[in-house]
Amino acid sequence: MLNGMKYLRILLLLAVAIVASACTEPGNVGPQVSTLHRGLSSDPESIDPHKARSTQAAEVLRDIGEGLVGYSATGTLVGAAAESWTISDDGLTYTFRIRDNARWSNGDPVTADDFVFSLRRLVDPATAAFYGQAVAAIVNADTILRGEAAPSELGVTATDRNTLVITLQQPTPYMLSLLTHPSTFPVHAGSLAEHGNEFTRPENLLSNGAYKLAAWEPSSVLHLARNSQYWNNAETSIDAVSYHILTQEMTELNRFRAGEIDITSSIPPDSFAQVREQYAGQMHIAPYLGVYYYGYNLSKPPFAANASLRQALSMAIDRETLVEKVTGRGETPAYSWVPPGVDNYEPIRFSYAGLSQEERNAAARRLYREAGYSEQLPAEIELRYNTSDTQQRIALAVQAMWAEVLGVRTTLVNEEFQVLLANIREAEVTQVFRSSWIGDYNDAHTFLNIFEAGNPSNMTRFENAQFDKLMREAAAQVTPLNRRLYLEEAERVLLSEHPVIPLYFFVSKHLVSSRVQGWGDNVLDYHYSQHLSLATGQN
Amino acid sequence: MLRYALLRLLGAIPTLLLVIVLAFLMVHAAPGGPFDDERALPAEIEANIAAAYQLDQPLPQQFLRYISGLVRGDLGPSYRYRDLTVSDLIGGAFPLSLKLGAMAMLLATVIGVGAGTLAALRQNSLLDRALMAMAMTGISIPVFVIAPVLVLLLAVHLQWLPAGWSGTSAGGRFVLPVVSLALPQIAYIARLTRASMIDVLASDFIRTARAQGLGTFTIVRLHALKPAMLPVLSYMGPAIAAILTGSVVVEEIFGIPGLGQHFVRGALNRDYTLVLGIVVFYAALVILLNLVVDLLYGVIDPRIRQR
Repeated sequence: MLNGMKYLRILLLLAVAIVASACTEPGNVGPQVSTLHRGLSSDPESIDPHKARSTQAAEVLRDIGEGLVGYSATGTLVGAAAESWTISDDGLTYTFRIRDNARWSNGDPVTADDFVFSLRRLVDPATAAFYGQAVAAIVNADTILRGEAAPSELGVTATDRNTLVITLQQPTPYMLSLLTHPSTFPVHAGSLAEHGNEFTRPENLLSNGAYKLAAWEPSSVLHLARNSQYWNNAETSIDAVSYHILTQEMTELNRFRAGEIDITSSIPPDSFAQVREQYAGQMHIAPYLGVYYYGYNLSKPPFAANASLRQALSMAIDRETLVEKVTGRGETPAYSWVPPGVDNYEPIRFSYAGLSQEERNAAARRLYREAGYSEQLPAEIELRYNTSDTQQRIALAVQAMWAEVLGVRTTLVNEEFQVLLANIREAEVTQVFRSSWIGDYNDAHTFLNIFEAGNPSNMTRFENAQFDKLMREAAAQVTPLNRRLYLEEAERVLLSEHPVIPLYFFVSKHLVSSRVQGWGDNVLDYHYSQHLSLATGQN
Repeated sequence: MLRYALLRLLGAIPTLLLVIVLAFLMVHAAPGGPFDDERALPAEIEANIAAAYQLDQPLPQQFLRYISGLVRGDLGPSYRYRDLTVSDLIGGAFPLSLKLGAMAMLLATVIGVGAGTLAALRQNSLLDRALMAMAMTGISIPVFVIAPVLVLLLAVHLQWLPAGWSGTSAGGRFVLPVVSLALPQIAYIARLTRASMIDVLASDFIRTARAQGLGTFTIVRLHALKPAMLPVLSYMGPAIAAILTGSVVVEEIFGIPGLGQHFVRGALNRDYTLVLGIVVFYAALVILLNLVVDLLYGVIDPRIRQR
């Protein structure tokens, strides 16, 4: 029988042993290696480019993989695995020349066959890829996705080891931009056959990008190491990249302050003013292809067939005050649906964008009365948003603006994100809901197409024959200017119907340590680690 | 005692099964699915994904498949981490939660029992009041306040310790999370120890021991500590289970990849299999630790062993 003192002694010994074992864990980064530490707001779902979905996964994948084309440090489209390409006059055939020196991390050449294999795998129903639809423009892609044709029917062929031909069903001017998306990156067929589902494990994964995956601790960190086989390895400066999974903006900021993170993925709203003062030279705020909006449920009263009410509510929101006083992180007020900065496009603005807020309020009150509401008979509206401080602050501000300008009685309903999404989808209980849209590629199409009838992301259930027709005609255009005119006309139709209230356009917000060089702000917020370097003398 | 332990374990099977059924029904009843997003999926893609994860089958069939997998030790694939299985995730996170939890619990026990005993011996003295005031403070200030304050002070301003977890391998990264985890436990254990020690010290056999001329230290060591530990022990069973399966808040603040983070994220992401896997694991752990505590009662108190 042990007595009390012996217990204590054993406990103490155990404590010492555990602490000692914790202290002797080996370090994983040697002193000679330059390592870039980047914050990432969530884990990638997958390192398999065909199974990934989030922008966080895409960020990592752009470092370890490479498509046919990519972006330069300054944000212009450049060849990646392909050194050159030609597009036929009808815009339907793309011929890519793959670099002779493109290599996988085991030294195998990257060939046209790798791309054929990978694009087929992307649309194969068995892969269950989230982004299968991204390449719907390629011949037979949609029928393969529906399981009505074999993946080998896809309009992608390798005419020789280095030549890849992609055939489209309709001209798609943003095709090259699409081909920078990680879902179009190649995977190594041999490694997939050998390891099956485990081919993405760090010990198995073969990559064709500037870096390869060295280790992944879910919820904690991804370590990338230089891929010495990469064709442009000589131009890659940083030896290793660590992506730290930091879901809390505050935690990320503290780690930046402590010098443990070089690039943050965001900046917490509550500390924004203070950070701006403290880290003026290291703060990067830039326009971003994303729009924050309130959508109407157009399939139910009170918003079905009530454009006056929809417009009145939209006009009564003082967006300048909203972005200055409520969100306050450099966002710009939204008077169009497509954000500014999209290639080859000039966003159409609301007809009232030129008025002062007082004039807008007066017009909003007129429209409100036209819709049959008054002080005695105010509109009663439910506004749904997902539970978070930022969403709540915005909702409270909008509620107050509607009450003050129009006398609307708004009930705020906050829901868990997945519940909100389910409700929007069912379109039974929703009236006004919060949502946002981030562009997948640098083209107005990625913003406008979600309002086509039947699009799964058409959350408002907007249906407009004229709009659909304009979108179809835009798709048939070969010359960029004609296409642009159709798309702009489509946006004009869209805005005149007020299916949504665009509130503001997102900005990318990063703190970038002064030791990081080569950082360039861009609308897609893509920052390839291979374009960055670290100032010497600090590590 | 072995027979008793085996019977208890057998009796735990229906409990565990009930937990699984309830958890299974609850995760599937929650609105929304694992693949919902603002970027909604086209119907054919959604169908492909549902088929790949067999989510298109009727619920009873999914349940049977889950149970049959469980019996073979297969907790299924994670829906959120498409490259990993639930066993991968739990296997990666649990050792860390275990290490942190064990360190925190040891720290809490040593300091908590020591402070509680000291306070009991000097009942109503200035020392007693000071210790209990500190314990009360420890219980009242939530860990999501203490932890960031510790980080700001010791990591950001003084730079003595790392602010976060990932990217460093220094043992120093354990200090702040362990202390943050242990502080409230120290407080609870100190208060429990004090109360039960005061009871024990007032009992007849202690008076007898004093009458025989034994010193205070000897009395506490040989006679009082063991019986005084009983309430502490019953508190520690569930507390250990809770702390070992990860403290959500501490893991969030320090970015520690433990079980707690996976559990909360899993629930928010509707990662059905991950949530179920952790619930099953947690339930098994609670059952096991309760058994261990009951067996330890017998070790400490012979009267219980005889029953």
